[in-house]
Amino acid sequence: MAKRIDVSGLHVYYGDFKAVEDVSMTIEPRAVTAFIGSSGCGKSTFLRALNRMHEVAPNARVEGKVMLDDQDIYAPDVDPVAVRREIGMVFQRPNPFPTMSIYDNVIAGAKLNNQRLGRTEADDIVERSLHGANLWEEVKDRLSKPGAGLSGGQQQRLCIARAIAVEPAVLLMDEPCSALDPISTLAIEDLIAKLKENYTICIVTHNMQQAARVSDQTAFFNLAGTGKPGRLIEMDETNKIFTKPDKKETENYITGRFG
Amino acid sequence: MTTTTKKSSTGASGDGPAPMQRTLLTGSLPRYFAPALLAGVAIVTGGLLFALGTFSIPLFAVFTVVTYTVLVTLASARIESGRKAKDRLVTAVVYTCFGLAMVPLISLLWTVARMGVVRLDGYFLTVSMNGVTPTMDAGGVYHAIVGTIAITGFAALVSIPIGLMTAIYLVEYGRGRLKNAITFFVDVMTGIPSIVAGLFVVALWMVFFGPGTTNGAAGAVALSVLMIPVVVRSCEEMIRLVPNELREASYALGVPKWLTVVKVVLPTAIAGITTGIMLAIARVIGETAPLILTAGSSAVAINWNLFDGQMMSLPVFIYSQVRMGDAINYERAWAAALTLILIVMLLFFVARLVSRFFAPKFGR
Amino acid sequence: MTTTDSSATPQTPKGKRRIGDVVFANTASGSGILILAILAGVAAFLIIQSVDSLGANTANFFTTTGWDANTREAPAFGVAALAFGTVLAAAIALLIATPIAVGIALFIAYYAPRKLASVLGYIVDLLAAIPSVVYGLWGIGYLVHQLTPFYQWLSTSFGWIPLFAGPVSSTGRTMMSAGIVLAVMILPIITAISRDVFLQVPQAHREAALSLGATRWEMIRMAVLPFGRAGIIGGAMLGLGRALGETMAVAMILSPALVISPHLLQSGNQTIAAHIALQYPEATGYGVSALIAAGLVLFAITLVVNMGARYIVARRKEFTE
Repeated sequence: MAKRIDVSGLHVYYGDFKAVEDVSMTIEPRAVTAFIGSSGCGKSTFLRALNRMHEVAPNARVEGKVMLDDQDIYAPDVDPVAVRREIGMVFQRPNPFPTMSIYDNVIAGAKLNNQRLGRTEADDIVERSLHGANLWEEVKDRLSKPGAGLSGGQQQRLCIARAIAVEPAVLLMDEPCSALDPISTLAIEDLIAKLKENYTICIVTHNMQQAARVSDQTAFFNLAGTGKPGRLIEMDETNKIFTKPDKKETENYITGRFG
Repeated sequence: MTTTTKKSSTGASGDGPAPMQRTLLTGSLPRYFAPALLAGVAIVTGGLLFALGTFSIPLFAVFTVVTYTVLVTLASARIESGRKAKDRLVTAVVYTCFGLAMVPLISLLWTVARMGVVRLDGYFLTVSMNGVTPTMDAGGVYHAIVGTIAITGFAALVSIPIGLMTAIYLVEYGRGRLKNAITFFVDVMTGIPSIVAGLFVVALWMVFFGPGTTNGAAGAVALSVLMIPVVVRSCEEMIRLVPNELREASYALGVPKWLTVVKVVLPTAIAGITTGIMLAIARVIGETAPLILTAGSSAVAINWNLFDGQMMSLPVFIYSQVRMGDAINYERAWAAALTLILIVMLLFFVARLVSRFFAPKFGR
Repeated sequence: MTTTDSSATPQTPKGKRRIGDVVFANTASGSGILILAILAGVAAFLIIQSVDSLGANTANFFTTTGWDANTREAPAFGVAALAFGTVLAAAIALLIATPIAVGIALFIAYYAPRKLASVLGYIVDLLAAIPSVVYGLWGIGYLVHQLTPFYQWLSTSFGWIPLFAGPVSSTGRTMMSAGIVLAVMILPIITAISRDVFLQVPQAHREAALSLGATRWEMIRMAVLPFGRAGIIGGAMLGLGRALGETMAVAMILSPALVISPHLLQSGNQTIAAHIALQYPEATGYGVSALIAAGLVLFAITLVVNMGARYIVARRKEFTE
């Protein structure tokens, strides 16, 4: 049930500080959209604003609209909890709950939404989600072992399994491979390619090759200057961005002339 | 979703149970609902209690909080969802816990202030109880203040060097099992009941000076047993905060280790150490039980000599007045309690000021 | 900022050690050893001075409730009633204080606005700084009068439970009052330790829970409480240690009797610490030595509780780092 995200005129503030300025874009369903740009350019903040995770920081607020299909996630009577259930997130560092087993980690979110989850149903969800995250074969014999005992790449796929067990429409990934070795990174990239059949996926990455490999659309963010807010410079088909971008700034960044 | 049902490789939502209602618009109570409800409940319960003629603040608070908690949970369960209701219930409970903790603090400070000012004046602070019979409308705490200053001062004099040096050992020199043992037992020592510290000194003095010897020094030693671990803990924490780069810079200049500690580490940490020591003093200055055992509880005259005879102190003064039990004794006790609290708070606030204004900036 | 342990920094090579270094290092380690010696001394002197009366005791020290020690002829005394009272008072305090302290810690860590939170931490510290004798005075001079009507109600409503059986003490100088004041006194330490472990919960885990669509409470239950459980237990045990050893509040509030009674709303029972404080000034004969023996029991109990608490808290730390 992948959904389209339509952002129009989005500004993100932390207190008085404006972190992201006036971003408008459309994120297509069943596709991977990559956000690239130098450190501190607001791409992560923007990503977190897409499922209202930025509200964890004190005094964070936004102006503008983010439509998930036909619903504004910032409408006054929308509950951020419901938004996050619909728009899942995978973080930079794998963060399985340390006190829970692999099984409990996967089922944690699904349990919240359905408190009377039967044992067989739960087993189904766990198996399905772990299959979905390409992790089932590796862990099926040790589901009751702690999730923290897995390798970094496996932990990250566990986190992805945990996110998709809630059956979200959108998956946001905040540099999901930056803490992983190349082999694990490859596994995650394969997984992303598979997941996009069913989900809308946004991925923040520092790695331009990765953006080129996994994404259909690429959005380039940059700072207007030191202390200024981050802006969306250009967004287009990934091919186009990496071969002949419209803006000079983008080209400079892509070719490594700065950034 | 459209099911791209490739076996074993679909996303989680493929052939699962019927998809749940997918809307972001779960019913939600407006933002002003909770405060408005609380205000409403307060007015209604207040009114009812007045009408019944049984108004009292505790009763009012209990009824308001309980009614509000029940109502907000029910309303949320009905309009929002069971999960939100539980969240709101817990929120109400957590706020209540916090409120509950404020009640004794405010009540205590207010009561002590109200009862204490009755007798607290220049006269009270500058005369002793010498020649004053327990029920006479006279006398003051000067002798107790003298005792408190002498005993606590001596205790600090003993504790600070030992505590500070131990802290230096733990951070700069310590290693292996001795360090671990000291760390562990310093922690254990913080848990020694104060009365046991008193008994220890009683036992010690019995051996060295014969049974029944009470004097200020004994009290000071007992307080030291309680104070040393506190000093060690706070100094250790502060010395540990000194960046290693500073030490290395000093070694690189060929400064010996002990001079590095004395000239570089300690001056950097001095604000924190001062704060820690003041808080440790604030802690032991109110100790009562060990002083009853070691410095006596019946001195009435001014005594500056730590090594000769009983010595009164503010906390013991409060206690012994309460034991006498007449109205006048309670008046003295409250006034002495106010004096003691003011001294403790003064120490506390000065300590905080020191740490705020003199702390070195590590650019954090 | 590096806050590493500097004990690993190279020392002056052997054979060239400066006199200053040697003196300073030895003074430092000597202080540490002195602390160990003091602690050992506490145990040793208490044992030495209690042997006297324990040898002369004609009753079983651990099963006797009476305290007939102020004599040179056939003293008969025991800590049974005192130990029971000590544990009872501490248990009441712990039962009341722990849930509230966890609530306050959650409030400070996750509910209160940031600016307010630091002020609140400060207020909790202040609560800890108030001398116990002032708590005692407040308890006997104010609180017990406020509590008596509540006790009346409790006894009429729940009198069928032995704990709350009447007749209620008209002065309010009961075990319940002592327990409540003790609860207030141990609130700060339990709060402080729980708050510290709650704040240590990595943001990553909290965000993981939130990103799954957890409410604030669900986030706390999923990510914070499992992580902080050992810290809460350790904090509660430190609170317990303090409640067991607290003297003044009980000595001033409770109207004591050396009995083993479950009736919290009546006068009676007594704790070791308060008994020592009250009896010491009048002790004669074997009295002082007997009180020291009682103190030894208290020391042993608190030592075990504190070591257990430190062990739990320390293990928690290793686990999180």
